[in-house]
Amino acid sequence: MDEDGNTPRRQLQSGATLAQRYLIQEVIGVGGMGSVYRARDLHFPNVVKLVAVKEMVNLAPDPLVRQTIVQNFEREANLLATLNHPSIPRIYDYFSQDDRSYLVLEFIHGKDLEAIITDTDGFLLEEQALTWGIELCDVLSYLHGHKPDPIIFRDMKPSNVMVNHNGDIILVDFGIAKTFQTGVKGTMIGTEGYSPPEQYRGEATPLADIYALGATLHHTLTRRDPRLEPPFSFNERPIRKMNPAVSPELEAVINTALQYNVEDRYPTAGDMKEALLNAGRKTGMLTRMPTASLQASAVKPLWTFSCEDEIRGTPAIHRGTVFIGSYDNNLYAINAADGKFQWKYPTEGGVVTRPAVFEDNVYFGSEDRRLHVVGARSGKVVWTYYTEGPVRSSPRIAEGHIFFGSDDHYLHAVNVNTGRAAWKFETTFPVRSTPFVANELVYVGNEGGDFYAVDFRGEMKWRFQAKRAVTSSPIAVGQAVYFGSMDNTLYALDARSGWIVWRFRLGKGSIVTPALAENVIVTGAADGFIYAVDAQSARELWRFRTDHQVSGSPVIYRDSVYCGSVDGQVYCLEYRTGRLRWKFATKGAITGTPLVYDDIVYIGSTDHQIYALLA
Amino acid sequence: MFDFIRRMFRKPPQQETATTAPLTDEQLKSITGAPSVRYDLQQLVAACGQSIGKQRDLNEDSLLAFTSTLAGNGNNAPFGLYIVADGMGGHQSGEVASNIAIRTVSGSVLRKFHPYLFNLKSEPLDESLQEIVQAAMAEAHRIIQREAPGSGTTLTAALILGQQMTIAHMGDSRAYMCYPDGRMELITRDHSLVKRLEELGHLSAVEAENYPHRNVLYRALGQGEIFEPDIFTIPFPKGGSLMLCSDGLWGVVSEAELSRIIRDTPSLPRACQKLVEAANAAGGPDNISVALVQLMG
Repeated sequence: MDEDGNTPRRQLQSGATLAQRYLIQEVIGVGGMGSVYRARDLHFPNVVKLVAVKEMVNLAPDPLVRQTIVQNFEREANLLATLNHPSIPRIYDYFSQDDRSYLVLEFIHGKDLEAIITDTDGFLLEEQALTWGIELCDVLSYLHGHKPDPIIFRDMKPSNVMVNHNGDIILVDFGIAKTFQTGVKGTMIGTEGYSPPEQYRGEATPLADIYALGATLHHTLTRRDPRLEPPFSFNERPIRKMNPAVSPELEAVINTALQYNVEDRYPTAGDMKEALLNAGRKTGMLTRMPTASLQASAVKPLWTFSCEDEIRGTPAIHRGTVFIGSYDNNLYAINAADGKFQWKYPTEGGVVTRPAVFEDNVYFGSEDRRLHVVGARSGKVVWTYYTEGPVRSSPRIAEGHIFFGSDDHYLHAVNVNTGRAAWKFETTFPVRSTPFVANELVYVGNEGGDFYAVDFRGEMKWRFQAKRAVTSSPIAVGQAVYFGSMDNTLYALDARSGWIVWRFRLGKGSIVTPALAENVIVTGAADGFIYAVDAQSARELWRFRTDHQVSGSPVIYRDSVYCGSVDGQVYCLEYRTGRLRWKFATKGAITGTPLVYDDIVYIGSTDHQIYALLA
Repeated sequence: MFDFIRRMFRKPPQQETATTAPLTDEQLKSITGAPSVRYDLQQLVAACGQSIGKQRDLNEDSLLAFTSTLAGNGNNAPFGLYIVADGMGGHQSGEVASNIAIRTVSGSVLRKFHPYLFNLKSEPLDESLQEIVQAAMAEAHRIIQREAPGSGTTLTAALILGQQMTIAHMGDSRAYMCYPDGRMELITRDHSLVKRLEELGHLSAVEAENYPHRNVLYRALGQGEIFEPDIFTIPFPKGGSLMLCSDGLWGVVSEAELSRIIRDTPSLPRACQKLVEAANAAGGPDNISVALVQLMG
């Protein structure tokens, strides 16, 4: 707000466009220097990509002050551009226009912690505060470990902590965050009540953020706003006196963070996190961690689209269009932004395969024994290729060829331009596994339990024999290839030779394609569990129980795992711990794999519908 | 004639207009290693060093290096097994334990590889690399408990097949990956009380340095009811080397010094010798064992 208080005239109106790119939708916050807006990025015409636009109106009459303000704003932009953490908003753009500067940031679906405290009747659960405390320690550790100099956030308080729709925290407003150089004194910036004594003396070290985090947690658990109290008086307001439901263990941790003397606090955010975890273990809080506070009602589909029969397969996306096959024999093209029907292409059998898109054509197999190639925009046939059996293996396009299996026992390699067979590789059983191409080899399994590595000329390089069907589609990463089998095993084989590197025992058979990120493999099995296994040691990291078989494959997106189950639900789990973030119930079994693209989850269900959910 | 024509039409040397990476050639060389000679035949090369040290009367360390090359008939997979074991327990039983460990583990592993490596018609392995190593360690664990009760041994083993390196580890001997640019990465975790206390934040690095019970292990082969080795498989470090050693080396020679010796000494046997000398020069308080392995080609 500017000095003359003429806010309405100064604020951008909804419908206005900034930099010919950002369509302002509404004001979502008002700060000291200007407003924060929710806007739509028009560079993505086919999807609704929302951004937060932070505005800074610079009306300072003194040119020197004006310059400093602009510099601070630029510093925030530059600082954010160097940071990469799930709890820090991503920055997309920065520009100035007349007397205003703008930051374009990731839009966070959620609410700030201050609003949550205010809007909650009674006290928030201590488990909840503990979870947020641990996540805040994580992001502080990241900032304090920044190279070459640590970054001090300097303004930790509930209103700068957003809780998104997954129940995870995001730190916002890096306006006064500062890289810290030892021995250099700064000026007092921060928020009275939350800031530690030394910050008033112009010192800001990582320990100041730890104090402010303590103050934030104190406020969260007691509902007593420290801005309304004398500074440094937390010890006069013991947490348990105001909220007896809080455990002494958690109170002790917060008290340590709030020590007047710097040397009496936790030396690092990592130490404080460890102490919080210990408190959680001791009291059993970690096991009864709330799944998320805002989720239950938050997961509503952005849109749904109904086919005429079951969807058992997996969607694909290309230029704003979602493609998915159905057992009503059609392949559908649906607008990814609003779920509007674009076209459908009829085959003569059920379509369970995941379409592949290559150069504006869509490739998919059908139980009518054919591989169909259809124009992505027109929905008109380009060519078809016949096999001798139903096609349930999805096409993989690499090196100018389409590789896919058929129930006719063959792995087919078809030239992507001519539609002619380059070669067929005979196995002795139906091939329903989707081939994977890496290391100049094509990896595929069959229903007899054989697993093959075939070179680009169609010659077998090696073969491995599992005890039962390999319907699961392999993935090859680095030196290893991973897949599951109906023999209750998740395999890791040496990619060049087929030696078994390790085997992991599952409760039942698996037809699931494993997903891998950062040495963690996630898969599912017919015993209803979603498993996470260390890719190097084959040790189980966590498992999550669904209420029925897991037949569709998990997807790892950012720090979440998304997976459907035959129990009809889509699950979003925290990737490191397997903790449930949210789940969404469809009205039929889910056997396909979710597609996550641009923060939207697309999933089909045997209730005939495809759903678009916010990731 | 053709040469002449080719020379006539040869393009003038391209102007260097683009600077790509902010690294100079020297820097790149130091990262990727000297433009090494290409070996058509991929093979393992290894050397070892061992010394009783300057203050002990007994050598309780045991060491095993097995390197094989079988090339021809379109098949060539480097195969090697390297083990360092550091025994403990009085009355010579430490020595017995470490010796049982290397013999039992290598015997068990090689027996399983025998049909694959040496039968006229190569038979596939029907266990996973990790299962083979796990079973071998379990066997050694049982035999030590039977033959030398009360004793135990550390064991750090590397089973290399092709590009895959499977590490099995119990105790406080160590495995390091040494990269061509001089970086060293410790890939095993000491199962020692002091390390655990440090991990839990009960000791600082400095306190840990001076902790009186530095040699107390909470996991060792042949000891305890719980048998839980660390086993994992990672790719062999490209262009670099693998070092296995007992605490007689890593406990007295700094990582920087270890890395300097390995980098500055191209000959592996000589490097092992220098590493042992460095440990002895630092007082040689304990038995010293080291193995260095490279994958050429």
